[in-house]
Amino acid sequence: MALPLVYNLESVRARWRTTIVAILGIAGTVGVFVAMLALAKGFQAALVTSGDPDNAFIRRAGATSELDSAITLDQLRPLEDAAEVQRAADGGALASPEVVVVAALPLKKTGTDANAQVRGVTPRALEVHRAVKVTEGRFFQKGLLEMVVGRNAVRSYKGIAPGDTLRLGGTSWTIVGVMDSNGSAFDSEIWCDADLLNSTFQRPAGVYQSVTMRLTSRDALNALAARVAADPRLKVQVERETDYYAKASRMMTTMILGLGSIVALVMGVGAVFAALNTMYSAVAERTREVATIRAVGFGGGSVIVSFVLEALFVSLAGGLLGCVAVLPLNGLTTSTMNFQTFSHLAFAFRVTPLLLGFGLVFALLMGLAGGVPPAIRAARLPVTAALRDL
Amino acid sequence: MLKFWPLLLAYLTRRKTRTVLTVGSFAVSLFLFCLLVTIRAGFQQGVQAAGADRLVVINKVSLIQPLPLAYRDRILKVPGIKEATYANWFGGVYQDERNFFAQFAIDHTTYRQMFPEFVVPDDQWRAFEADKQAAIAGEATAKRFGWKVGDRIPIKGAIFPGNWEFNLVGIYKGRRPNDDLTQFWFRWDHLIEKAPDWAKGFVGWYTVRVEPGADAVAVTKDIDSRFANSPWETRTQSEQAFMASFVEQMGNIGFLMTVIGGVVFFTLLLVAGNTMAMSVRERTGELAVLKTVGFTDRTVLMLVLAEVTLIALIGGAIGIGLAKLFTLRGDPTNGMFASFYLPPSAMAVGAALTLLVGLVAGLIPATTAMRLQVVHALRKL
Repeated sequence: MALPLVYNLESVRARWRTTIVAILGIAGTVGVFVAMLALAKGFQAALVTSGDPDNAFIRRAGATSELDSAITLDQLRPLEDAAEVQRAADGGALASPEVVVVAALPLKKTGTDANAQVRGVTPRALEVHRAVKVTEGRFFQKGLLEMVVGRNAVRSYKGIAPGDTLRLGGTSWTIVGVMDSNGSAFDSEIWCDADLLNSTFQRPAGVYQSVTMRLTSRDALNALAARVAADPRLKVQVERETDYYAKASRMMTTMILGLGSIVALVMGVGAVFAALNTMYSAVAERTREVATIRAVGFGGGSVIVSFVLEALFVSLAGGLLGCVAVLPLNGLTTSTMNFQTFSHLAFAFRVTPLLLGFGLVFALLMGLAGGVPPAIRAARLPVTAALRDL
Repeated sequence: MLKFWPLLLAYLTRRKTRTVLTVGSFAVSLFLFCLLVTIRAGFQQGVQAAGADRLVVINKVSLIQPLPLAYRDRILKVPGIKEATYANWFGGVYQDERNFFAQFAIDHTTYRQMFPEFVVPDDQWRAFEADKQAAIAGEATAKRFGWKVGDRIPIKGAIFPGNWEFNLVGIYKGRRPNDDLTQFWFRWDHLIEKAPDWAKGFVGWYTVRVEPGADAVAVTKDIDSRFANSPWETRTQSEQAFMASFVEQMGNIGFLMTVIGGVVFFTLLLVAGNTMAMSVRERTGELAVLKTVGFTDRTVLMLVLAEVTLIALIGGAIGIGLAKLFTLRGDPTNGMFASFYLPPSAMAVGAALTLLVGLVAGLIPATTAMRLQVVHALRKL
């Protein structure tokens, strides 16, 4: 037979002081746990949404990122001619050969330099990267020293608002527009004409670092990869664009999750101690109550269930409080250096329902760990001895 | 005080579970504190270990862009500069991309003098000078992959394509506990011999040493002005500022970790403190009895304070000790941190914090106990 829940609620209320301490301990732990997950998730999402599942991303075989890759013009042509590549209205291939340069620009916040990714593209790039939209001003014109900046880049760096002039590699570039790709890595980038960027940095003309191509269908990737592998002229690796970006986030995400889980684990142990203390003192204070309950016919099992439920209730309250506390983080933009691309990346925290679910499960686990041993002690109280104290 | 020892002991064992849990709470908080300090120090490592008299010269565009090798002689002509060395970032992959560690192609004729904090035995350095394919690894990296002197290390080039193989001829140690022991050095002349044409005649960056007494700021400006308006403009910074720029860029992550963790650390301490306050409140009656049998107010105060500080200190010592053991095992993220070291100063701060929280947590119930009106308290019994 189960004890009524009201009994537990009342007893929680009666010892509100220690209960609040236990709730705060669990709330803090769950809050940090969820915040860390949201940070890693947001970082990953910023990179993964940069990719388009309908696009193929091509770089030199063996290159770990765009920075150390090279694709020459005579490799580009057969790639563009591949049957798996979609054609634009004018018959040209929907392929975007791109050049990447990392430029140190001063951050607004600290005044110190951070690495911004400058991407040289062709006007075709907007048709391949469908998520990128020009929201202010206009796109750069081919052959002119003009730049379009991502919306997060404008916010992060000094002196790159539309109308500004940026000195880069000994040349002056005019900022003509702002682009928005809904929080992806492109929002932290600066785009300009690929050929001009190459010549500004004394690089050989006609050498690109990556090519992104729109596939005729999502399933055409394997056919394209097979065609490329069979062509002796092409020493390149073909990947789905989303996969490439997922990999580019791996190192940082692993680090955040690794450190985050160590910290959360240690805190979890601390919170369990707090919960144990609360529950043990609850048991100690209610020795007579428990004995009375047993004496009127409730079994040891009912007592255990009752106390565990009480602990779960406390931990759930803590978990909910922790989740509510981190909700405002959702969408908050922060930034860090991605060592895999050697550039600064702005991204937003993502507090998803799944992560909140993880947080609550973590809270309940802490509640179980903190509730079961005291509950067992309560059930084992010798009834007669406890009643004699009355 | 010693004669009260049995009494103190009796207090501590009065509710064993609670004592253990409170000690445990303190231990966990202090462990967390030390862990966060270590993580933070790991992020800051480069800044703290930077040489005070060294400048770093990089391409003005960014570290990724190279500088001509010909700049070396021109830099050495700048008044106030004593020596210069150069290096390249290799960025290769050992077995798997996850096995990240920094690989530098270094100038074997000048690098050792520039970085005296890295200690290489003389015979190993001579072997490095004698063999073009030679390499030297940091103690931490050698330990991580189980390398021994004499091993052949294959690394897959990324920036510099191809399969590279190096003969490990030496392992360097650090002079200070927070020196970066994860680097892997090989010879720059070997890199350039095998590198594609675009890399020939270029280096990644220069490190120069300013003569004692020379004005570092003036030297910095002098270097940059010499190369202004060339296709390869330079940006010269103190090594410390150069390292700090990396930390700034990592910025938010390290900051978030420490702030969030700091808040939680204090919450946990409060939890522990509250438990102790609670246990003193429960004993009001007992304390009244003590006073009745003739204990002075002062003695009661001291007894309570001694009990809480003892609990706090035992817990704190366990936490700090475990944290030290944990950090001695090395970087748990495998390669993200150049050093994972808990400085003794942080341990001292941790101990001080524990004592402080213990005293503050004990003070309120202890003064209540001291002011206790015996008659009132006994009536409650």
